[in-house]
Amino acid sequence: MQIPMQTFEVPTYLEALGGKARLKADMPAVDIAPDRFLEAVKAILGEGGYALLLDITAIDWGVEADIRFTVVYHFYSLSTHTYLRLTVDCTANDAPTVPSIAHLYPGANWHERETFDMFGIIFTGHPNLKRILMWEGYPYHPLRKDFPLAGIEAPLPSAETAEATGECVIAAPMMGGPFHAAPGGTIANREPMGADQSWTECSPKPGPETPLN
Amino acid sequence: MQRDTVSINLGDVGARAAHHEGELYTERMTLNMGPSHPATHGVLRLVLELEGDYVTKCEPVIGYLHRGDEKIAENMTYNQFVPYTDRLDYLAPLANNVAYAIAVERLAGLVLPERCQAIRVLCCELARISSHLLGIGVYGMDTGALTVFMYTFTEREKLYTLFEELTGARFTTSYTRIGGVARDMPEGWMGRVEAFLDQVMPVIDEIESLLTRNKIFLDRTNDVAVISKEDALAYGLTGPNLRASGVDLDLRRDNPYSGYEKYDFDIPIGTKGDCYDRYLVRMEEMRQSVRIAKQVISTMPSGLWYAEDARKIFAPPKAKILTRMEELIQNFMIVTEGPQMPAGEVYFEAENPKGALGFFIVSKGGGVPYRLKIRAPSFCNLSILEKLVPGHMMSDVPVILGSLDFVLGECDR
Repeated sequence: MQIPMQTFEVPTYLEALGGKARLKADMPAVDIAPDRFLEAVKAILGEGGYALLLDITAIDWGVEADIRFTVVYHFYSLSTHTYLRLTVDCTANDAPTVPSIAHLYPGANWHERETFDMFGIIFTGHPNLKRILMWEGYPYHPLRKDFPLAGIEAPLPSAETAEATGECVIAAPMMGGPFHAAPGGTIANREPMGADQSWTECSPKPGPETPLN
Repeated sequence: MQRDTVSINLGDVGARAAHHEGELYTERMTLNMGPSHPATHGVLRLVLELEGDYVTKCEPVIGYLHRGDEKIAENMTYNQFVPYTDRLDYLAPLANNVAYAIAVERLAGLVLPERCQAIRVLCCELARISSHLLGIGVYGMDTGALTVFMYTFTEREKLYTLFEELTGARFTTSYTRIGGVARDMPEGWMGRVEAFLDQVMPVIDEIESLLTRNKIFLDRTNDVAVISKEDALAYGLTGPNLRASGVDLDLRRDNPYSGYEKYDFDIPIGTKGDCYDRYLVRMEEMRQSVRIAKQVISTMPSGLWYAEDARKIFAPPKAKILTRMEELIQNFMIVTEGPQMPAGEVYFEAENPKGALGFFIVSKGGGVPYRLKIRAPSFCNLSILEKLVPGHMMSDVPVILGSLDFVLGECDR
């Protein structure tokens, strides 16, 4: 078995902007400073000739991390048929911000809305930054690492229905569950369980008291 | 029976209409199309602003089928996520399985035996035929040609019988494993696939004779919703929708995976990028898929259907687990802790029937992905609706939606 994860050379036009190679990558991957980010994207579109923006997403490195959010972009070049990954760290952990590139790549519009929806990253200059997969008014950002797999109690999408019925969206009852076992620990802990579900019947999940059935 | 003819004098209709001209007024109307509407092919909702019969604004609302697949992936081992990939583009689950498996194998650095790769190519191409059969069948329905659906569904049914024989399930196949496929092909299965391929070609011709020169179909699709080359690229369209706009990009040829470079096939490219071109591209792609599938069958290599060096990744054969200590431990570790992967970041895209389905995996090592992002082609293909639909008539909207051939399971994840 070979290990293909390696470090690729940074394209010269990105090196000029202070781009650093990302380690353990499968394609040319460049880490760029937040203040040079827009210049870098313009260079990728212009000099690099990467006409197709494939994907925008983010990685949450955990609540304790110094730099919590990294936004990841994937580009594709039709002339050389190669990929390029660009990553940019968000400086503020409590209000992560990245400039929007929707004016350069119109397709970025929805990708940025999704990243905002899932991670709460604010794309400055975005024409219409609102939720896309979750409903308008949903209070959480579900792909953050501190959001539990089972979900958190939240009000219904329609305020009138919530008021009339008193119902709300409740967390999924997923005690045990068909998930993996955390490595290490005693044999009792090796029973497959949800990675973020340390709670059982005896010690219920922290949060608002909700009957599970 | 005797009939009397009565003549009615209507007078000068034009003059009367002109007399009332000042009283006629139009107003903009907001129309909610979906999320439960037969023409939106799933739970897509369009908020349309209409001026008479013309659409002036279109706002797609998605997310009704959001299940949090990416969150779920962070909480389970690599192999456990395979069934969830079935439910992305649920019209071509085999192709999703393969795309996901290759992404994880790239992370692990696994090289698969040729037979396994060939089986996967065969699966992908059969999935493409099945997906396009459905796409064209319902597209015919959207344009008022109901008969086509009967022909395409009959063929798709035969394919599903073949899938059932191969994987044990008709719809949710979950056929791949990290480092191989679940089991080898059953005895004589390839012969039955070949028989299917032989009889599907005349049916494709028959569908073509029902639609391609059909006056009504042409009137409804020709020059409707033209996507220019520039727009298609700017909005990140992939797959048949991108190729119909004249962009020559097919990942099977340009970034070959799973041994696609060994097979001869042509890539159909559209000239105009209208709804008719998107139909033509899909029709030709089915023929090319048949061509690839036949080559795979005639050159099917012998050997194993899983990578033998994939220790700690691919579960050993059942007989060995039950009789040998080493394999038993290996199986136990794979089941409890998941296949062990090195740390790294990997992005892999496969040319799926709907477009480029990508998986971006961030691994910190171990059996669980730290972050798994699914790049869904339908999500990108739908983002162009905001620009594409305004200016068209209300009755064109189902045709435009049908021509884009999207799946909401994949769009919403």
